[in-house]
Amino acid sequence: MSETAQQDRVRPWRFADWFVRHGRMLVIGLPMLWLMIFFLAPFFVVFKISVSELAIARPPYLPLTSWEDGKLILTLNLGNFQYLIEDSLYVSSYLTSIRIAFFSTIFALLLGYPMAYVIARSTGHRRNILLMLVMLPFWTSFLLRVYAWIGILKANGVINNFLMWTGVIDSPIVMMQTDFATYVGIVYTYLPFMILPLYANLAKLDTTLLEASSDLGARPLTTFLTITLPLSIPGIVAGSMLVFIPAIGEFVVPTLLGGPDTLMIGRVLWSEFFNNRDWPVASAVAMAMLVLLVLPVMWLRRAQSQQEAG
Amino acid sequence: MQKTGFFMRFITVLGFVFLYAPILSLVIYSFNESRLVTVWGGFSTKWYGELLKDPQILSAAWISLKIAFTSASIALVLGTLTALVLVRFGRFRLRELLNGMITAPLVMPEVITGLSLLLLFVVMESWLGWPSQRGFTTIVIAHTTFCMAFVAVIIESRLSDMDESIEEAAGDLGARPVRVFFDITLPTIAPALVSAWLLAFTLSLDDLVIASFVSGPGSSTLPMVVFSKVRLGVSPDVNALATIMIGAIGLGVVIATILLLRQEKRAE
Repeated sequence: MSETAQQDRVRPWRFADWFVRHGRMLVIGLPMLWLMIFFLAPFFVVFKISVSELAIARPPYLPLTSWEDGKLILTLNLGNFQYLIEDSLYVSSYLTSIRIAFFSTIFALLLGYPMAYVIARSTGHRRNILLMLVMLPFWTSFLLRVYAWIGILKANGVINNFLMWTGVIDSPIVMMQTDFATYVGIVYTYLPFMILPLYANLAKLDTTLLEASSDLGARPLTTFLTITLPLSIPGIVAGSMLVFIPAIGEFVVPTLLGGPDTLMIGRVLWSEFFNNRDWPVASAVAMAMLVLLVLPVMWLRRAQSQQEAG
Repeated sequence: MQKTGFFMRFITVLGFVFLYAPILSLVIYSFNESRLVTVWGGFSTKWYGELLKDPQILSAAWISLKIAFTSASIALVLGTLTALVLVRFGRFRLRELLNGMITAPLVMPEVITGLSLLLLFVVMESWLGWPSQRGFTTIVIAHTTFCMAFVAVIIESRLSDMDESIEEAAGDLGARPVRVFFDITLPTIAPALVSAWLLAFTLSLDDLVIASFVSGPGSSTLPMVVFSKVRLGVSPDVNALATIMIGAIGLGVVIATILLLRQEKRAE
């Protein structure tokens, strides 16, 4: 025993030895440290700047603490939040965001559920190919896919050209720069996020239950409503939240497809930051958006842990 | 197996048309002679020529590729470590914190991620003097942070499907954890590593919002240049660019899928 201890002592320091002893800590520590610095810490910075005062300086806000007559003074400016509540622009952009995200989620669910159901019920190669077809648009540029809709929806775009050619309409329908175009863009962008968790849920569904139900004489619709639908609720919640949460903060779709009055929070934050250079108000908008997202995120996590538990 | 109803199948077909019609129209109109993107003026490849002569697009594409390569590679290492820790390391203090921090970026609205990281960089600059200017490095850090979350999800599901007994056997035979990881775990999850890296690469290549916040002068990425063009209306050379990107990515994904299927067959 003492001999090996002595050997240990005389052996020169080697990284391999050190790694065996402390490797676990290093492996945990590396990603932990990265995420703490670049994911967690930024939120504290946003909070700090949301309670600071706008200034014509570089960076454009005043420090929270100052030193005067030997006193350390901490100034928390709640004016930015007050401003958000009092100015009707922010309140209405909040309501617009919630409305658009909510209805987009409903539309994505109505379109995505049958797709997930059909994929889950197909087998072998067919299932793999259908799944890949759902995933493939997700791999191609999101910006360019949203851009494609401009060419389809605009006054002399694909749809209007076709309808005028067939003689259904005489003058083009206005679709671009409307809420309609925004809904189309958001449903289009986030549809795979709805389909994939629903698929994962429906594929695991115990099909003997369905057979039992039809053996006992239930019609397909009854079986669907009493067995499939209730059992797929965790998938519905997970998919819906995966659409709703990012849709709330969506910037690209309302900017490219929506009209000037399609004001969503993401767009307001962007213009406060880039056009008005009002960092404190932009930070306050971000904080308010985070508060709005707490409940959906908790709901998502619960649905996901239910899914995992099966 | 119960048959799916007509209604369900009809909606599914409609859904796939909805997913692919815009992509198809992009490709078709990229070969349009006319400057008016949606008026057909005959077949032409001139917009591809225009695109290759546009120095702004070319340099932005080069910057974007460099950023995507670097951040996908760092994200692969950090994301794989995170997945390994979450799946194999059992319970430890702060496990829930790590789990929360790695899943939150998946759903975090991009404007918040972008704004918060930029503000962090500004504060760090005034406290530490680093990063002294925003550009390549800050975009790579930002992209790594959200890409590693996607990497971790993919690797996590692969690791929990993996047969742990091989790792245990190697350990019982005296292999150290590091050796087990490099000799057993890593080769087994290699296909998942490839698809995770590819996903991280495309996500980084595609990002507009976060890059807009954390970039600096002279480091406009491809999506930033495209966005400023598209904001002014449709332009035919963007269609050509889209077709090239869709072609390259589609080809890559199809090849990767075929290789994975072949490997699975061989494993059987």
